[in-house]
Amino acid sequence: MPPVTWYLYVSAALFALGLFGIMTRRNAIAMLMSIELMLNAANINLVAFSGYLRGHTLVGQIFALFVIAIAAAESAVGLAIIINVYRTVKHIDADDINLMKW
Amino acid sequence: MSLSITGYQIAFITIAAMTVGSAVMVVTLPNILRSALFLAFTFLGVAGLYVLANAELLAAMQVLIYVGAITVLIMFALVLTQQLMGAKIRQSSRGWLLAAPAAALMFAFLLKGFIEPFNKAASGAVAAGPAPADAGTLVSIAKLLLQPYVLPFELASLILLAALVGAIVIAKEDKE
Amino acid sequence: MIQLAWLIPVIPLAAFAAIIFFGPKLKSNAAYVAIAAIVSSFLISAGIGYEWFFVHHAQAAANFYADWIPTGTSVLRIGFGVDSLTIMMLFVVTIVSMMVQIFSIGYMHGDPRYPRFFAYLSLFTAAMLSLIIANTILLMYISWELVGLTSYLLIGFWFEKPEAMRAAKKAFLVTRVGDVGFFLGLLLLYLNTGTVELAGIFKQVELLKIPQVHIPALGFVASIILGIMAYGLAGAVLKGTKRLPVAIFAGLAIFGAAFMLIPHGPVQMSLAAVASLLLFWGAVGKSAQFPLHVWLPDAMQGPTPVSALIHAATMVAAGVYLVARMYPLFHVDMTALNVVAVVGAFTAVFAATMGIVMNDIKQVLAYSTISQLGYMMMGLGVGGYTAGLFHLMTHAYFKANLFLGSGSVIHGTGTQDMRQMGGLYKKMPYTFWTFVIATAALAGLPGFAGFFSKDEILLAAYHWHGGKMVFYAGVAGAFLTAFYMTRLLAMTFFGEPKDKEIHAHESSKVMVIPLMVLASLSILAGYVGLPWNNIFSHYISFGHGEHEFSWAVVAMGTGAGLFGIAFASLIWIWPVFRFASLKPALGWVQTLLANKYYMDDIYDIVIIRPLMISTRAMFAFDRWVIDYVIVNGTGWITLQLSTLWAIFDRYVVDGIVNLVGELTKRGGYALRYVQTGIVQQYALILVVCVVLIGWYFVLLR
Repeated sequence: MPPVTWYLYVSAALFALGLFGIMTRRNAIAMLMSIELMLNAANINLVAFSGYLRGHTLVGQIFALFVIAIAAAESAVGLAIIINVYRTVKHIDADDINLMKW
Repeated sequence: MSLSITGYQIAFITIAAMTVGSAVMVVTLPNILRSALFLAFTFLGVAGLYVLANAELLAAMQVLIYVGAITVLIMFALVLTQQLMGAKIRQSSRGWLLAAPAAALMFAFLLKGFIEPFNKAASGAVAAGPAPADAGTLVSIAKLLLQPYVLPFELASLILLAALVGAIVIAKEDKE
Repeated sequence: MIQLAWLIPVIPLAAFAAIIFFGPKLKSNAAYVAIAAIVSSFLISAGIGYEWFFVHHAQAAANFYADWIPTGTSVLRIGFGVDSLTIMMLFVVTIVSMMVQIFSIGYMHGDPRYPRFFAYLSLFTAAMLSLIIANTILLMYISWELVGLTSYLLIGFWFEKPEAMRAAKKAFLVTRVGDVGFFLGLLLLYLNTGTVELAGIFKQVELLKIPQVHIPALGFVASIILGIMAYGLAGAVLKGTKRLPVAIFAGLAIFGAAFMLIPHGPVQMSLAAVASLLLFWGAVGKSAQFPLHVWLPDAMQGPTPVSALIHAATMVAAGVYLVARMYPLFHVDMTALNVVAVVGAFTAVFAATMGIVMNDIKQVLAYSTISQLGYMMMGLGVGGYTAGLFHLMTHAYFKANLFLGSGSVIHGTGTQDMRQMGGLYKKMPYTFWTFVIATAALAGLPGFAGFFSKDEILLAAYHWHGGKMVFYAGVAGAFLTAFYMTRLLAMTFFGEPKDKEIHAHESSKVMVIPLMVLASLSILAGYVGLPWNNIFSHYISFGHGEHEFSWAVVAMGTGAGLFGIAFASLIWIWPVFRFASLKPALGWVQTLLANKYYMDDIYDIVIIRPLMISTRAMFAFDRWVIDYVIVNGTGWITLQLSTLWAIFDRYVVDGIVNLVGELTKRGGYALRYVQTGIVQQYALILVVCVVLIGWYFVLLR
């Protein structure tokens, strides 16, 4: 069995990478993908601690399940919004979606 | 921490390397379709990590929802918006020089702030879980979901339903 | 029938209301409404009189009460009562009022306010009748004030004339001075007996007899009053630059003399005497006795029927009636009655002397009225209760007759100045003969009404315990009365017409008939009080019986009257004495009399002018100190302060507000460059901030 710490390293790396993606990508869909990376990083943490804290309660896994459900809902709604934005302004460049600026 | 490297650990390192590597590809590749493909690999890697942590159900869910549903959904959206967002277009913004230190700062913060103290407090702690052969995990999760967590469970289904309806409404083409 | 007595004042009151409200519609019919009302009152009075004298035989006064004002501890009651005095007064008032109102049909004909005149007359009659039948002192006081009000309204009836207006004001104010006395007396009686019913008060008079009222420094106060009067007299008589110092010196001298002569120390008086004197003070005001007589001659500015009814026959007799009505109270302590006698006697002579020099026919009659009222007071004061009231009755008839006669003369000639009249006996025979009869009655010629009543007064005065001075004053009054009446008669009716412009004519029947009725009453009224068969005193008397008839008194009284007539005749009818020849010797007397003893001037100097000065001073204080300094000053300061605040507001408060606004605006302009709209930049900032905050909490804790 690998130590919990290893999971945490992987999780931190994924989280930082997702963050980097969000900050650099111009495509809205790509940003959404980066968000999914960060959610997965969180889930890895939950699963890793699931057996570590308070013995074998599996609560972490239950929580991860809920996160997955919410993430699914989030990506569905996010993609729908992106489709709608695309239909309105004919592109999905986050830098240029600035109709509400000022 | 034992210095001996078991088979599990070898598997973990392999899968983790694949996962992180794929994630690097996801955020750096100029072609968005490719980064989407690498995203699928990342999800698979995470599923593998779940298996190593004795969370078979979650691993199955990860494969089904992320690798199956979400990746396909993203691909689909990409194809829909492909006309202008082709491979030629530069996918990353000018923020490299700022974003990289910021992300590094976050990574350092997580290491320094959370993992290192945890490491000191519980060195050698093993990601616990039932024995791999134990089939009780699935039963336990089912009991937890349908007994103490039945209300959040039902609420999650409600949220999914609302998200579904909302997505349809938002994405629906205006008739007029 | 007697219990219907309340109707007597109520019917004229209803007539008043009817005429006031429907006057414009009634027009000249208003007179008939008023006369119908007074005739009804007269008939009811007659019925009550019949029942009283022939059914009840004038026994046990009938009183009726109703609760009126509950005061918590007791109930003030209102009511009416009937006795012989009431009946006598009812007859006098209703008959004179009736005659005057009939006369007024002719006299007031064509006046623009004809209905209103009759409304006022009705109101007066109602008030006077309720004063008569009242048997609680409170109702008496209310009626008393009401007759004062109607007197004011009627004197000022021709309010376009400034003199009439002034006279009305003067009458109202001067009588008000007396009314205060009445009111104080009323309060004193109510406080000490706990009742306003006359019968209740008289039951307790013995309790009021004890000398328990201490009046401090009476002599000092009297000295001050005398000094002030002397100052006023000197100021009125003197002319020139030295007037003021001399007047002040005279005032101080008289004050000093009086202060030394009048005994000092507190005076003990009984409550009865104090209350009586206060009530008498009211009577002095109403009956125009010295020193409050000044209003009555001026009151002649009113229409002549008003002078006849109110200012000769009835209202001015109310003072005498009040004293008679309260006689049981006055009689407890003789102090008050002595004052009444002296004041009455003095007034009788004092006013008669002024009557001699007046040239206005109504003025002469006014002074005659004052004088005769003094006679009545004198009669009451010396114990001649019957005599005073008898004279009240006869005087009402013949004085009303004289006033209506003078009204007829004024109506016929259009002037009141006797110097422009003369020779009217041919042109106005009915007026002349009735006038002569009334004059004879007033002068006390044997056989006429005044003869009997005046002799009774003189008889009572003769037997007065306080000396003979009052009696001689009465005789002097009789002489003077005959003297000025003869002068009046001579100047008006005899000789040749002095003003050829005046075309006198006899008045219409509606005016002459009342004259004849009153003239016959001027003769007949005396025969109810014959010395040998005195019906009047049988019913109206108080305490001890009548004095024994005295030929000497009759001779003196009658002789004085005859002498007066003869003396005046020798001056004005058969001018044996030239009036002009008397002038050098008696000129100053004439000046004094024509100026009415300077009484008006004294009041002017002593009361009115200081009052006006203090009023002006208060007005100035009001104007300059209160209005200008305090009110306007406060306003000014407020204004200045608000200007200051406005500046503060504009530059400091508004400045702060604008500064905040400006800062916000500038800050907004500066900060809007941060809002790039690029989500990634926000995310970057967010990450950095989260890390920094997390670092602080996690690592540095």
